[in-house]
Amino acid sequence: MARISRQEVEHVAALARLVLEESEAERAVGELEALLDYAALLESVDTEGVPPTSHVLALATPMRDDTASESLEPESALANAPEREGSAFVVPRVIDDEDAG
Amino acid sequence: MSAPPPLVGLSELRAELDAGRTSSAQLVDRALERAEALQPRLRSFIGLRGESARAEAEQADARRLRGDPRSALDGIPVAIKDNMVQRGEPTTCGSRILEGFVSPYSSTLVEKLEAAGAVIIGRTNMDEFAMGSSTEHSTLGASSNPWDVSRTAGGSSGGSAVAVAAGIVPAAFGSDTGGSIRQPASFCGVVGMKPTYGRVSRWGLVAFASSLDQIGVFARDARDAALLLELISGHDPRDSTSAPEPAPDLRASLDGDVSGLVLGVPREYFVSDGVDPEVLARVHAAIAELEAAGAKLREVSLPHTYTAVATYYLLATAEASSNLARYDGVRYGRRAEGAQSLGDMYVRSRTEGFGAEVKRRILLGTYVLSAGYYDAYYRKAQQVRTLLRRDFDEAFAGCDVIVTPTSPEVAFSLGSRTEDPLRMYLSDVYTVSCNLAGLPGVSLPCGFSDGMPVGLQLLGPPLEEGRLLRVADAFQRRTGFHSERPPELA
Repeated sequence: MARISRQEVEHVAALARLVLEESEAERAVGELEALLDYAALLESVDTEGVPPTSHVLALATPMRDDTASESLEPESALANAPEREGSAFVVPRVIDDEDAG
Repeated sequence: MSAPPPLVGLSELRAELDAGRTSSAQLVDRALERAEALQPRLRSFIGLRGESARAEAEQADARRLRGDPRSALDGIPVAIKDNMVQRGEPTTCGSRILEGFVSPYSSTLVEKLEAAGAVIIGRTNMDEFAMGSSTEHSTLGASSNPWDVSRTAGGSSGGSAVAVAAGIVPAAFGSDTGGSIRQPASFCGVVGMKPTYGRVSRWGLVAFASSLDQIGVFARDARDAALLLELISGHDPRDSTSAPEPAPDLRASLDGDVSGLVLGVPREYFVSDGVDPEVLARVHAAIAELEAAGAKLREVSLPHTYTAVATYYLLATAEASSNLARYDGVRYGRRAEGAQSLGDMYVRSRTEGFGAEVKRRILLGTYVLSAGYYDAYYRKAQQVRTLLRRDFDEAFAGCDVIVTPTSPEVAFSLGSRTEDPLRMYLSDVYTVSCNLAGLPGVSLPCGFSDGMPVGLQLLGPPLEEGRLLRVADAFQRRTGFHSERPPELA
């Protein structure tokens, strides 16, 4: 049985840049445990020496000539910015107390 | 508003246009009016393009009158899922986090549709970021099944399936990561095809799980599906996973001849456990019909089938947690108010912007990729994925096409699964293997149970879409299930 603590769930949420409310965190513990308990059926599959599949196509990295081509105009790329200044995206202060610690 | 009559069948509408009995302007008007009239009952569209669609229809009429149509699709109203971008139009993926987003570019799919002269009338409803099997996880609210509005349309491309089933448009486009085209097609009684991974460019399709996502089509029958798929297939240098293959000539395969073709019946898909016996009965009857048409049957085995759902949910959520990291409130989409720092802004924007199912999957995906669990879950699932692929390689050594049910059940009641995510996931048992192995798959209507459509699924080796459509077309030449219409909408 997968046993997941509240701390683990909150740690994973922090990695994913999410905050869970009290009730959401409680619920997430139960749901993750149920899903991981189900996924535990993979443990019994013999995968000794089996290569992993990350992708079904046997493609090599496609190469192209290093030539300039059309791409998004800066105005278009900035058109959806929640906040901008000239040709830059504006964000809040980068360093906060938590990050600095 | 009373709904104008349904638009059914691409080939029929094309013939009416060519004979001058209707115009593109009339067809597009009818599609838009029908979409609006049915919206309170079905919620199949997130957004409609009234004015621009009508203008494009007039241009298509002008081309037709000049004798210069761009393709068989010129002037035909179609719909796209709300995760395929079109320049100057919103794309929301059914999510609050993309509210207000207007795309600065068009997807390859949209470029191909525009080049063909098709008129996109709107964006269809979907589970948020395509994560779901019922279209209930959408900011718009759930789509309803046109055969019984108290039931789900399926998902995640539920809106596109409904738009075709309800005769709003003769063709619609969706994406399929673990069954998101085939399952709603099955539930709504239309043809839904997911091509081979790489067949259709993913450029401009909002990513969910990049190694599994594939664009495909909804249509009334195999013939229309073949025409649509020919139009949207082909290599695209902007998608590095695009298969370097030309668009296939699929309509040439539709000769109704399946004699000598070997249909593989996987014994693991026909267990009685957890499957509606009526669904099994309809699928068995469909297989018998194909046998009567000259196909041969052979039992095959896909021994790792029992691992498919677990493997799928570990890999798909891991890829999703990575793909959805881009929604951070910096360049586009929702930005939370009042953040004190950049880190705080990320967290608040994502926490406010994502819905419960998306958060659940991001958490699971982040967990399986996190230090200490990567090998046990993610790498293990990638190895089992190899075994699932090998199952299909071995099965296709002894048969041409694999036949299965699309879903273990008919459309379930709205609200009956949302509190039990694992149960919702388990209903994807017949569809996820196809994505894990990168194969083409199609669902077609093969009968009814409890008044609801049942879907027959055909799976083929990579790039053998033509073979699947040949079988689907042969079935439809002998049966009338694809011509049945939802009674109260008729």
